[in-house]
Amino acid sequence: MVKLIIDNKEIEAEEGKNLLQACLDNNIYIPNLCYLHGMDNPPASCRMCFVEIEGEHKPVTSCTVRVKDGMVVKTDTPDIRQLQRTALQLLLSVHDVDCAHCPANKKCELQRIAKFLKVGLKPKRLELLLKEPEIDDEHPLLDYYPNRCVLCGKCIHVCKTKLGQPLLAFARRGFYTTISFYGEKPASDLNSSCKNCLACVEICPVSAITLKNDSDQIAEA
Amino acid sequence: MNLASNENPDQLFSAIYEEAKRRRNAFKEADVPKIHIGMATCGIASGAIETKNAFETVLAERKIEARIHTVGCIGHCYAEPVVIIDNPGFPPIFYHQVTPGKAKMLVKYFLEKGDPLFEHLLGAMEENDLIPAVTDFPRFRQEKRVVMEKCGLIDPEDIYDYIAEGGYLTLVKALKLPPEDIITEVKNAGLRGRGGAGFPTGKKWELARTAKGQQKIVICNADEGDPGAYMDRTILESNPHLVLEGIAICAYAVGARKAVVYVRAEYPLAVKMVAKAIEQAKDLGLLGKRILGSSFDLEIELFRGSGAFVCGEETALIQSIEGNRGMPIHRPPYPVQNGLEGQPTVINNVKTLASIPHILDKGATLYRETGTEKSPGTAIFSVVGDVVHPGLVEIPMGVSLRTLIFDICGGIPNKKDFKAVQIGGPSGGCLPADFLDTPIDFDSLTQAGAMMGSGGMVVMDEDTCMVDVPRYFLDFTQNESCGKCTFCRIGTRHLLNILERITRGEGHEGDLEQLEHLSEEIKKGSLCGLGKTAPNPIITSLMYFYDEYEAHIKEKRCPAGMCRPLTAYYIDLDKCARGCDACVGSCPVEAIFTTSNRKKGVDQSLCVKCGECVVACPPEYNAVMKVSPPDLAPIVERPVDD
Ligand SMILES: Cc1cc2nc3c(=O)[nH]c(=O)nc-3n(C[C@H](O)[C@H](O)[C@H](O)COP(=O)(O)O)c2cc1C
Repeated sequence: MVKLIIDNKEIEAEEGKNLLQACLDNNIYIPNLCYLHGMDNPPASCRMCFVEIEGEHKPVTSCTVRVKDGMVVKTDTPDIRQLQRTALQLLLSVHDVDCAHCPANKKCELQRIAKFLKVGLKPKRLELLLKEPEIDDEHPLLDYYPNRCVLCGKCIHVCKTKLGQPLLAFARRGFYTTISFYGEKPASDLNSSCKNCLACVEICPVSAITLKNDSDQIAEA
Repeated sequence: MNLASNENPDQLFSAIYEEAKRRRNAFKEADVPKIHIGMATCGIASGAIETKNAFETVLAERKIEARIHTVGCIGHCYAEPVVIIDNPGFPPIFYHQVTPGKAKMLVKYFLEKGDPLFEHLLGAMEENDLIPAVTDFPRFRQEKRVVMEKCGLIDPEDIYDYIAEGGYLTLVKALKLPPEDIITEVKNAGLRGRGGAGFPTGKKWELARTAKGQQKIVICNADEGDPGAYMDRTILESNPHLVLEGIAICAYAVGARKAVVYVRAEYPLAVKMVAKAIEQAKDLGLLGKRILGSSFDLEIELFRGSGAFVCGEETALIQSIEGNRGMPIHRPPYPVQNGLEGQPTVINNVKTLASIPHILDKGATLYRETGTEKSPGTAIFSVVGDVVHPGLVEIPMGVSLRTLIFDICGGIPNKKDFKAVQIGGPSGGCLPADFLDTPIDFDSLTQAGAMMGSGGMVVMDEDTCMVDVPRYFLDFTQNESCGKCTFCRIGTRHLLNILERITRGEGHEGDLEQLEHLSEEIKKGSLCGLGKTAPNPIITSLMYFYDEYEAHIKEKRCPAGMCRPLTAYYIDLDKCARGCDACVGSCPVEAIFTTSNRKKGVDQSLCVKCGECVVACPPEYNAVMKVSPPDLAPIVERPVDD
């Protein structure tokens, strides 16, 4: 065990432990979307979990830092908060904010982070950029909503963990990057592979992958 | 100490060297003309194959004996196809733009009759009493060729041509040195990586050498994706063995037995040249197992990348070799700690590795005589855009931008003024005229807000819109973003959208603050170098050309007259010649009509602002005017019965 100081509070953690995890375990919340407990190499792609570490001249993503003895960490500086707010506003600028009709409502990570950072869900400063089509329904069981998705990649990660060869992948590039089903298998194979799993549906922090018709049921309910 | 030799590499190599010398002498001493034709991609694009065919046909027809020697690129793009003729009794002469017709003439007049056709030559390749030497031109005089010394002079497909020039001798020398000494020499030379960031090469090698791992790997980065940049391609096409020799020395120094050359598949000729060079070097025992009888083994593989800009980023490059989607991953760990296949991996740029044989051959002290204290050696730029003599230029570090653009590359064509220069490709910045005296070195360019980058340089004249330029680069980076991280994926898209709006005349208050704010945040928040540098063209143009942005937003005016929605063409009725119809036929949309007094007018509602009428209007009238904002164009009514 080593000692480190986070937001002026002394904390003990295992040497080499993931710093983000160490903070979360000690009830210090740092907004994050793409990190999962136990990941060897977190993707560090959501760019939310920034902290300042004494001796480093720039903010760093806490999910890529390992705990060291004597480390002094700040999670709540104005710079950090501004960076996190910008990241969130960017994500919201491509997000179809329609919480009432979304199965993730009230358990949505974006809602949680927005509340934590005191950011409105409909940022006025950035233009809203939504994609077409709204739903990718090619999977026999599941629907994918690109305008909800934050591209955290958790679904790919859990699918890969379960199957070795994931049935989900990032597709396209840049702004048009999306999650695509199938991997290398034909669509007809998905039914049997996916029916008893649904790990991707469960892990998705924003209900971008749902069982077919899930959202309609909510709307009707 | 860790000497690789248990046999004497000198002895084994000397047989190879003797053979190279023998071939070279046979070629040189043959009492026939030698015709050296530049056949790299740029030469071929300008018609070098047709030129070569023409030479062959005419030589055969006229029964003249001559040797055709295909060489790489000498870097003088404006002069392609380039031919150097070495006719006994004359100094070697440099001919420019040698079309098949010119080739025939050269055979007929120069080879047959001894008339060197002064009107077609650029100069002699060496000082002499007969023909002015090319060194009279600043382009030749002020360049300092270290890496490109042999480019365009030797046949890249013939390993003996390289060896006859002293090639692979430095590898032989290296194999007799302890690897640590080589690293020390590279460190003392102060070599900094030419891939963009300028990281000290010796230090990188040392880190790799001392890193723990079962085996070490060397990667030569030839992804080269900057728009308008072609330094690495040219070197690989013109002197691939120089790069292989550099790789071999690096591998020996860091203790690697495997190396990969990562070339984009869009460079088919470079791919071919490297593949052939690897084969030839293997055949002579200069690569492969027990190189020159030593205990040093090295396999060099060629990997063809599919041409994504982001795959030039070292972690994405490794992902791509491993068969994954080319997405960068967080550093540290750096590739020198944990790279390809999890092994310590040195990734160096083509130019970095190509500098190594020279450094080891001449020594660190001599290498440092060129360049500046903190940026020793030479810089290679592909200078393109609005310059008289575009091309590849190798200059000592520390030369000013002014010297490079105005002396070496001949300045701005068509009597226009210089406006800005974009250095460092899409990740770099635009510098205005005030910065022309900035020395070209890693630190000065970074300080000015641009960056050395890998060697892309775009010169822009007064007609360039400084809002449109960053728009162009953002369009590029936004397309090339891998989509992994939030800031780059979404942030650059917003930047591009705002710039597009401004160039359409739809900018509004707050846009510039938003551009500034987002740019800073994207720089800070992005995962890899692509996102971290993508806003640079915006940041620098806002810094140096703020008033142009304001003109677009507040006055709906494009000062350079480039942004179509913000400009209009009209016909000056005082200048327009009654009865002249030259412009009418040039208009693709029939926007030009005849006025009641038989002059011409432009129907603004139809005009697509292509500018064809400007070209069509006879110079003696010069009546078509371009204005911005568009409402400055006087309204000329179309006659009702027209
Ligand atoms: C988006 C991006 C593209 C890059 N493209 C290239 C490239 O085409 N060639 C290159 O040598 N380095 C490129 N780099 C830099 C490499 O990551 C790496 O720093 C370099 O190859 C190291 O070589 P050096 O030490 O010899 O400079 C790129 C970096 C980024 C962020």
